[in-house]
Amino acid sequence: MSGIGTGYDLYPTTFSPDGRIFQVEYAHKAVENSSTAIGLCCKDGVVFGVEKIILSKMLVEGTNRRVFSVGEHIGIATAGLTADGRRIVQNARQEAKNYENFTSDIIPIHVLTERLSIYVQVFTLYNYIRPFGCSLMVGSYDEEKGPSLYCIEPDSVALGFYGCAIGKGKQEAKTEISKLKLSEMTCKDAVKEIAKILIKTVHDETKEKEMELEMSWICKETKGKHKLVPKKLIEEAVEWVKGQENEED
Amino acid sequence: MELIESPLQDLKKEVSTGTTIIAVQYQDGVIIGADSRTSSGSYAVNRVTDKLTPVHDYIYCLRSGSAADTQIIASYVSYYLNMFSIEEGCLPTVKKAAHMFREFCYQNKQYLLASIIVAGWDEENGGCVYNVPLGGSIIKQPFAIGGSGSSYLYGYCDIHFKENMTEEEAISFVSKGITEAIARDGSSGGICRIATINKDGVKRRTIYGNELQKFWEK
Repeated sequence: MSGIGTGYDLYPTTFSPDGRIFQVEYAHKAVENSSTAIGLCCKDGVVFGVEKIILSKMLVEGTNRRVFSVGEHIGIATAGLTADGRRIVQNARQEAKNYENFTSDIIPIHVLTERLSIYVQVFTLYNYIRPFGCSLMVGSYDEEKGPSLYCIEPDSVALGFYGCAIGKGKQEAKTEISKLKLSEMTCKDAVKEIAKILIKTVHDETKEKEMELEMSWICKETKGKHKLVPKKLIEEAVEWVKGQENEED
Repeated sequence: MELIESPLQDLKKEVSTGTTIIAVQYQDGVIIGADSRTSSGSYAVNRVTDKLTPVHDYIYCLRSGSAADTQIIASYVSYYLNMFSIEEGCLPTVKKAAHMFREFCYQNKQYLLASIIVAGWDEENGGCVYNVPLGGSIIKQPFAIGGSGSSYLYGYCDIHFKENMTEEEAISFVSKGITEAIARDGSSGGICRIATINKDGVKRRTIYGNELQKFWEK
C-alpha cells in the first residue's frame, strides 16, 4: 500500500503525473473500511439498510445512527467516517431549511444533491482541509416523480441509481442487487431483500462480531416522509432470512 | 414669502410610485393593470412609467411605494427565480415568487417602503394573485388592489368583481378601475397599462388617456 502515491499524495492540491488526486482516492479507502449500506428504489418508495457492527454489548440499540432525515421528505444513509457524514447532513439540513424559508416549497432532491456535491467538492481543493471520508446515499419519494436515489462519493461525483451499495461489501451487494427486479418490488419486499443481502452476503460471521440492522424508508405508506422501518418488520425480515437459510441447508 | 414651493424642492422628495395597481384572476389566468405616473412630490417624474414588471416568463409584479425599493426587490427576486428554475428544470410557481417577495419585504421592513402585488400563471394552479403589503405579510386573493389610488376602488371592486370572468370582462373590470382611480387620485395618472397572463404567455396592451372611459363628470 505505501509507496503507491509517494510524493504526490501529501495534499489534495497536487495532481500525480497520471492525473490522479491521491488524497481523494485515500478518502475512498476510508469509505471502503466501513460496514455496508444499501439503498433501493422500489415501485412505491426508497428503502435504506445499514449493517451496523456491534462493537460492545454495552452499547444501546439504535444508538450510533447511520441514517438521517433531512427535512421530512429526504433520507441520507452514510458509510465511512460517521462524524464526516454527520457534518454533511448538518449542511444538508441547513440547505433544506433555507430553501423552504425562502421559497415556501420543500427542496427537490436533485437540487439538494447538487448542493451537497458542490459542498463536498470544496474540500478537495485546499491543502489545509481534508476531503470528507464518507459516501452518502440520498433518497426521496414523490407521488408524481416516483422514487429517487443518489450516491455522493468523496470526490463529489453524484450519480442517480436504481439500487446502490457503499462500504466494505459493496461489490457483493451490488451483484445481488442487480439480480433483483426493482421496478416490480414493493418496499416491504425490499426490506426483506436488503436484510438478506446484509445478513447473508455481506456480513462475515467468522470475522466480525454481531451486527444490528438499521433500516429506514420513504414510501407511499409513510406518505412521502422519511421514517425508520418499524422494528416488527425488521424482525420479521430477519426471521425470513433465517428461514431461507434453513431451506437451503 | 413663497406660498408655492419652488419646483426644485419637489426633486428632493423621494421618488414614489403613488399609484394604482390592480390584479385579478379570470377563467384562464390573470389580468393585471396599472396607471403610469411616478411622482416626486407634485412633479411627475415619469408620466409613462411601466409598473408591470416581469420577474419570470409567466410571473409579473405590480409595484407601489418607493420606486427604488421596489425596483431592487423585483430584480433580486427575478435573479433568484431564474437560478432556481434552472436548477430545478421547471417553471417556478407564482407561490414561490410571492414568498420570495415576502422574505425580502419582511426581513428588511425597517428599511423598505414597498407594497407589491405578485400575479401570474403556473401549470399547477392556473392564474394566481398574491398581495404582499407594507409589513411583509402575504395573502392569496382572487383579486388585489394596491397603491394610493386603490382607496377609491374598494367599493367598486366589491360590487363588480365576479369569479371566473372571461378575458373581456376582466379587462373591462381592470381598466374601468384604473380609470376611476386616475380620475380621483392625484398621485395616479397618465395611461392605463394592462397585461394578460395565461398558458399562452403574456399579452400587453395600453389604453391611452383619451381612450379611457369617461364616468360622471361635469
